[in-house]
Amino acid sequence: MADKFEPQIIGFCCKYCAYAAADLAGSMRLSYPSCIKIVQVPCTGRIDVIHILKAIEEGADGVMVAGCLEGECHFLTGNLKAKKRVKYVRKILEDIGIEPERVVMFNLSSAMGPRFAEIATEMADTIKKIGPSRVRS
Amino acid sequence: MIIAEKKPIGEIIQEVKGYKRLLILGCNECVTVCEAGGRKEVGTLASALRIYFMKEGVEKQIDERTLERQCDHEYLEEIRDIADQYDAILSLACGVGVQFTAEKYHTTPLIPGVNTCFLGANEQRGVWTERCQACGSCILARTGGICPISRCAKRVMNGPCGGSSKGKCEINKELDCAWQLIIDRLRDLGRLDDYEIVAPIKEWSTERSGGPRKVVRADVQVSA
Amino acid sequence: MSLRTLDQVKASGELRTSSRLEKIFRMGHLAVTSECGPPRGSDPKAVTEKALLIKDHVDAINITDNQTSVTRMCSLASCIHLKQMGCEPVLQMVTRDRNRIALQSDILGAASFDINNMLCLTGDHQSFGDCKQGQNVHDLDSMQLIQTLRHMRDEGKFLGGDDIKRPPDLFVGAAANPFADPFEIRVPRLAKKVACGAEFIQTQCIYNLDKFEEWMRRVRERGLHEKVFIMAGMTPMKSAGMAKYMKNRVPGMDVPDEVIARLSGVAKDKQPQEGIDICVEAIQRLKEVEGVSGFHIMAIEWEEKVPEIVERAGLYPRPQV
Repeated sequence: MADKFEPQIIGFCCKYCAYAAADLAGSMRLSYPSCIKIVQVPCTGRIDVIHILKAIEEGADGVMVAGCLEGECHFLTGNLKAKKRVKYVRKILEDIGIEPERVVMFNLSSAMGPRFAEIATEMADTIKKIGPSRVRS
Repeated sequence: MIIAEKKPIGEIIQEVKGYKRLLILGCNECVTVCEAGGRKEVGTLASALRIYFMKEGVEKQIDERTLERQCDHEYLEEIRDIADQYDAILSLACGVGVQFTAEKYHTTPLIPGVNTCFLGANEQRGVWTERCQACGSCILARTGGICPISRCAKRVMNGPCGGSSKGKCEINKELDCAWQLIIDRLRDLGRLDDYEIVAPIKEWSTERSGGPRKVVRADVQVSA
Repeated sequence: MSLRTLDQVKASGELRTSSRLEKIFRMGHLAVTSECGPPRGSDPKAVTEKALLIKDHVDAINITDNQTSVTRMCSLASCIHLKQMGCEPVLQMVTRDRNRIALQSDILGAASFDINNMLCLTGDHQSFGDCKQGQNVHDLDSMQLIQTLRHMRDEGKFLGGDDIKRPPDLFVGAAANPFADPFEIRVPRLAKKVACGAEFIQTQCIYNLDKFEEWMRRVRERGLHEKVFIMAGMTPMKSAGMAKYMKNRVPGMDVPDEVIARLSGVAKDKQPQEGIDICVEAIQRLKEVEGVSGFHIMAIEWEEKVPEIVERAGLYPRPQV
């Protein structure tokens, strides 16, 4: 393969769990793909449909939304709202002919450093397999 | 309130394909409240359409604007100076707004982005249900405040029909039987005897069948 | 009720129409009617052949009107075929498919062929039938149709106020369902239909005899049985499967578990006969109920069994009128 595709993935991570887990992964010296650009949010419930769409519009190959485990959201139901919105965005993408797998939600706790590394790797692998976004901004 | 629902994006794409410069025009009233065509929905739709056309390699200019209402001249005038910069306007207002905008900008193609569904209320976030059919001669005083025309699938004036089952309509088990609701309410109001009053044959000419309708209040009209 | 002769009835001045059914009621007999469903095509034999099977065992034959919203040959045309073969038809008319102009117009059409009985109904919603995407009309509802028919007949006027030349001579019927929800207004609803002018009633088919008798008790309490002739609807079950289907899938139907158990308790090939036995026994029991003026036997696509039911229930021969 001539050019190796380095995906650009935005990772919206909630402060209380996902971001903390990412931090922990870092302190544990676990490596995870550097193509995940982490954006801290107070809660995944803060993320709306437009944020995810804008990321795709601006050329992101993938968007990862990582929040607390269901039932353990710091703000109680923020991650459940995010789940619905991610599902909605995936439906829009499907309707306009973009692979819905480019947008994924994950749930984990702040203690799960290795899990963060795992999901980041999984996300990067998925996007590498699908290929670059056909949306050029 | 007028309740509308977003049109499937595939349908919208078909309609806007031929236009290079598109203005998505939202409305800050009913369609905002029913989350179908307000500023937020304009943004979502604009982004989705841009993503689609970029992927297809088609150049398009897709702009966003939301007016206070599209059913009043004054608000529609606000886009007078920019309307000719677009090849078409994709209006997310209800059918009224789309038409009124089309009347004011009659050389600009107007495309509806929502399906206008009914007059209804917000039962809970994300759920809107029909309440009124705009029949033009309201009988709610006689039916305990529940309308058999909009809430009964057969609009029977002396119901329930024989298909009412456990308080639900024969066409859909999740749909309340309007006449069960009316009877329950009459009972709660201590007026169950009113049930036997025969509702007279309805005057339908004030409804759609009588032709397009008009309301005038001469006392508030400005011109002579 | 004691029996009167036709001459006595005529002399009493109580007869309002030329209907044979009305005469039988007023003479004091238990009337018997049945029904035929028209074909999904234009062959009148589909109606006339069924009518031939039952005509000597019933006083009048109902023709359903696009029942379950499935498009069929219209009731009016089928009634004309019945009339032309010497049967007494009962025209069924739903308000779902016609506005008030068409309703009045069809009434006059029926009257022009001397069809003397009409049952005023709302009709099942069109989503049940073969034209789910169509509109429904319901310009009038069934109560208002009863009022309209009485107005046309007794006042001799159209709804619009003009005079009718040769007003329709039709005996006015309506349906009642003692088993629909809510039960508490089922008798007030009957009272309402009577107040609108209904002269005879045909009920939904009865399996829960106790509940029906309770409904009749409340009907008698209000004296309604003296103002309207009530015919108990009867449909023989063909199988336990049919009984279960009707219990679970048909709204406004009350099928007690005992009936299902009784049918399930016999071998499959014996179930039809058991169903007929249940029907006959029910008629025999309800004959004794004060206020029941007759039986409406609905054996759709099983019309050949009507003679057996009528005979075993002791309702044969029919009075010659």
